[in-house]
Amino acid sequence: MDMKSLYLLVPMAPLVGAIIAGLFCRIIPRWVAHTATIAGVAIAFITSIVIFKDVMAGNTFNGAVYQWLTSGDYKFEVGFLIDSLTVTMMLVVTSVSLMVHIYTIGYMQEDPGYNRFFSYISLFTFSMLMLVMSNNFMQLFFGWEAVGLVSYLLIGFWYTRPTAIFANMKAFLVNRVGDFGFILGIGLVLAHFGSLDYATVFQKAPEFANVTINIWGSSEWSLMTVTCILLFIGAMGKSAQVPLHVWLPDSMEGPTPISALIHAATMVTAGIFMVARMSPLFELSTTALSFVIVIGSITALFMGFLGIIQNDIKRVVAYSTLSQLGYMTVALGASAYSVAIFHLMTHAFFKALLFLGAGSVIIGMHHDQDIRNMGGLRKYMPITWITSLIGSLALIGTPLFAGFYSKDSIIEAVKFSNIPGSGFAYFAVMAGVFVTAFYSFRMYFLVFHGEERFGKAHDDHGHAAHDAAAHTKSAHDDHAGHGDHDGDHDDEEVSHDHHHGLAPGQKPHESPWVVTLPLVLLAIPSVIIGFIGVGPLVFGDYFKMTIPGTNGIPVIFIDNAAHPAMAEFATHFHGAAAMAMHAFSTAPFWLALSGVALSWFFYMKRPDIPAAIKARFEWLYTVLDNKYYFDKFNEAFFAGGARMLGKGLWKGGDVAVIDGTINGSARLVGWVASAVRCFQTGHIYSYAFTMIIGLVVLMTLWVVRA
Amino acid sequence: MTLAEMSFVLPDLRPAAAEIFLLVMACAILLIDVFSKNPKRTMTFVLTQVTLLCCVFITFATSSAEITYTFSNMFVDDLMADFLKLLLYLTVLVVMFYSRAYMLERAPHATGEFFALTLFATLGMMVMISANHFVTVYLGLELLSLSLYAMVALNRDSVQATEAAMKYFVLGALASGLLLYGMSMIYGATGTLEITGVAERLAMGVANKTVLTLGLVFLVAGIAFKLGVVPFHMWIPDVYHGAPTAVTLLIGSAPKLAAFAIVMRMLVNGLIVLAVDWQQMLIILSVLSMAIGNLAAIAQTNLKRMLAYSAISHMGFMLLGIVTGVVGGDARYALNAYSSAMFYVVTYVITSAGTFGMILLLARSGFESDQLDDFKGLNKRSPWFAAIMMMLMFSMAGVPFFVGFFAKLSVLQAVVAAGYMWLAIAAVIFSLIGAYYYLRVVKLMYFDEPTDTSPIDAPFDIKLLMSANGLAVAVLGIFPQALMSLCAYSLLRSL
Repeated sequence: MDMKSLYLLVPMAPLVGAIIAGLFCRIIPRWVAHTATIAGVAIAFITSIVIFKDVMAGNTFNGAVYQWLTSGDYKFEVGFLIDSLTVTMMLVVTSVSLMVHIYTIGYMQEDPGYNRFFSYISLFTFSMLMLVMSNNFMQLFFGWEAVGLVSYLLIGFWYTRPTAIFANMKAFLVNRVGDFGFILGIGLVLAHFGSLDYATVFQKAPEFANVTINIWGSSEWSLMTVTCILLFIGAMGKSAQVPLHVWLPDSMEGPTPISALIHAATMVTAGIFMVARMSPLFELSTTALSFVIVIGSITALFMGFLGIIQNDIKRVVAYSTLSQLGYMTVALGASAYSVAIFHLMTHAFFKALLFLGAGSVIIGMHHDQDIRNMGGLRKYMPITWITSLIGSLALIGTPLFAGFYSKDSIIEAVKFSNIPGSGFAYFAVMAGVFVTAFYSFRMYFLVFHGEERFGKAHDDHGHAAHDAAAHTKSAHDDHAGHGDHDGDHDDEEVSHDHHHGLAPGQKPHESPWVVTLPLVLLAIPSVIIGFIGVGPLVFGDYFKMTIPGTNGIPVIFIDNAAHPAMAEFATHFHGAAAMAMHAFSTAPFWLALSGVALSWFFYMKRPDIPAAIKARFEWLYTVLDNKYYFDKFNEAFFAGGARMLGKGLWKGGDVAVIDGTINGSARLVGWVASAVRCFQTGHIYSYAFTMIIGLVVLMTLWVVRA
Repeated sequence: MTLAEMSFVLPDLRPAAAEIFLLVMACAILLIDVFSKNPKRTMTFVLTQVTLLCCVFITFATSSAEITYTFSNMFVDDLMADFLKLLLYLTVLVVMFYSRAYMLERAPHATGEFFALTLFATLGMMVMISANHFVTVYLGLELLSLSLYAMVALNRDSVQATEAAMKYFVLGALASGLLLYGMSMIYGATGTLEITGVAERLAMGVANKTVLTLGLVFLVAGIAFKLGVVPFHMWIPDVYHGAPTAVTLLIGSAPKLAAFAIVMRMLVNGLIVLAVDWQQMLIILSVLSMAIGNLAAIAQTNLKRMLAYSAISHMGFMLLGIVTGVVGGDARYALNAYSSAMFYVVTYVITSAGTFGMILLLARSGFESDQLDDFKGLNKRSPWFAAIMMMLMFSMAGVPFFVGFFAKLSVLQAVVAAGYMWLAIAAVIFSLIGAYYYLRVVKLMYFDEPTDTSPIDAPFDIKLLMSANGLAVAVLGIFPQALMSLCAYSLLRSL
């Protein structure tokens, strides 16, 4: 088999699995659904490894597999660009996806939508692969929208829950905002470059470095800056950067496996991947990079704070995802694209591990997600405990663990960066280290150590559940816009929570092997991948190979004269082991350590202190609990504004203008129809007469006039 | 005159091999059918299908990229002819497949004739497609029309059908008269009836302009009748409505290909020098057709009648591709424009065959299923066929990513390239108005309660073909490029 058909096999195998499980989801038994989809993803994974070896041997590819249509001079094609960046993403996507597929067998065991779920996650894998393997903007946009669609379907997977419907609607709408910028950016590329092909665009990009365009008024804007910022707005939506981050925490309404796969490991990193892929464009605009680094650092720091006060186990992990995505964005802004991709990769493994670990805890706790009801689980769930510990250590950047290498590289790269905003970014990523360590281990201690709070204190639990219900209620309140149904929702939620959770005296139990096996398999890369990867990926030649089809443009292009951060950073690197040794004498390590120590002291030793702080700084707690009022603002301003606009348009536009026009045109149609009927008498002589009239008119116009 | 000069030289029969074969087979089938005792007419049916398949083969085998003339230049064989004929065979094949059960139920005594007449009509269309002489055009046209008149009246007990046939016949005769008169004028002006010869004489600029224009007006009127564009459209609603649905299916699909071909032969190949004149005439007809076709379709309650008005508007839209070929004496965009019109007509034929096929599929004895209300709640009766019908309607309306969208898009591109901005805007507005009545069918199928809940009992093979037809509209919408390129290539080799 030649390589081209292998490339094609990678996205197609999961697609076939998705079709089998999806189209026949009502007919086939469960084992067929999961066998077909797992086989599809496994084939994709193995093929990706083969392709990886081939790429390592120097065989890259860039070409169309199908020409969809031509419109004038524009060509729209389906094609693949296979190079080191693509193949890295392929490996991450297929391997995490494979783990999540296996895990799902255990997690969704009792769910009636079992086959549908497998179909969706395989469809997601297909879409994501199309996105990363694309060699042009159109296919990128296809993949971009397709993953968005699957994400929407999966957040609302339990479509009978009002909160899930609200969350998927929110994710959908917020992503539309980002996509609007994204498609405008693509439109600018097509308008000015005349092509959507990456290679052509990258090749031509330097010619456009000093081109300016007129957007409104007489102000001149640099074309590359506008294009890159618009493309990045797309990335902000997909990769949940402030202020378009609001959908990601709510997306935790979906089943846990997809929180791991889509909302942590892969889909949300699409924006990061896209910016790295577009490095030849972004390098031409320091302004755009500055915008990127500022947005990234705000996300990295401020989303971390929110993680501190969350009590839902999945939401804690969700906020850490937001914060880590901020780190990756900061790296992009500092022109350290390879570091961003490296962090993307390590993060994919340890964050998937943390999410799946959280899912395992949720199974053990019979679908109670409140960490205040847990504690001491170490004894009952040993495998989940040890793997979660590994994941947490990787996340906070413990030397030698995967997260350490990628996160420290980001911090170092930012230190050497000189673009506007890098000073703030350096502060944000440093402070973020402490915050990350604090909330990660807060969760870890509350879940796995200390007093066993489950089962016995059911009154407390009821209270907590009520808290959660009240919380979701506020969402409904805004959503529904009028309060008469809220009582019902509230009752449903409370009874729902009572139904789940451990009964008094019941103990949590370790999850089945299909759940723990992926945990173990993900724990391995969470430990070692950083040590192996840091040399070649960040400093080596891995990303320096030429993009096939271009005139020597490397996969990750850095304008070292303008953005010297990476070059300078590279001179300080003396191997992975030395980097880890050196870490013990640097600030991030001690910040992380103090974060862990403080959380131990607060939540294991003196639980009264956090409570006291909460009472003392009530206003701060309120701000954090309301997530800086982003949701409130969106609800009031955008949703409220849209409702007002809609009402105005309805009253003014619909009723007055459109109804007027429609009724008017309906009358016109009626008139025309009756006129036509008048001629269409059914009498043959009137038909002949009409024909003759037509002929006479034509003759008058042409013969008599001439 | 010497004997040698008078000796008869056998013309080159190869380019017309398919026509000759079809003629022989049609006569044979007519005879065989008379002696056939089988009430299901299996033999006749199979033979007609086999004949058409053989024609596919013959046309393929004799096809070449060269343009060949035969029968003293009266007959031409080029790639456009081959391509259109292949589509014609396939369309007729599909039409007969859809029609068989319906005809056996409605007119069991005449089903054999139906097949034979269809073959004669097909032969007429083939002659039209390959005509290089005004008399050949007329010959093909009359063969087609006479067969169709008879077929409309096949169900002779039906008052509606006989009335429709009579109207069609009288008006058709009138139109033929106009066409012939136009031809005679052109003969008077140029001294020849051979289409390529006319083009040569006109290029020399020796013809009398007044006589020529008079002839052109009559010629356009005759063509307009065949295409069914306003104001020569009056027969369309009555004939579509009155004829048995199987015959409507035939009239509404394959002859559009032949009509397109004679437009190309007579106006483009023959009278390109007069392009300024006939383009302006056709613009008037086109805008009127889009306006009246789309507006009148809204008021219809009968699906066949609605589709008749929709056909008028579609032919008007297709003409937009024809009228934008020559801009101010510059034929730079001609290939693009004509191939967009060809692509439009081809996709229209595919979609239209599917739509009428759906009416046939749902019809059963004593029930025509041709009212709009008969499609109410189809989704509850058969979600699959409701989805197929939805795709067909979407394609007709020009909803993106169905083939009808690309057809409209390519015609509009030609119109914009030719600089007729107002024409493009008018076309889009009328298409939008048209979308209303197509989407109404979808609304009826999906959001209304069925008035009739009986399951659909059509033979499996027809269901299969119907599904393929519907899916073709979707698949061609995703992969339109191949068909577009085929249209462009076959025209490139024939102009």
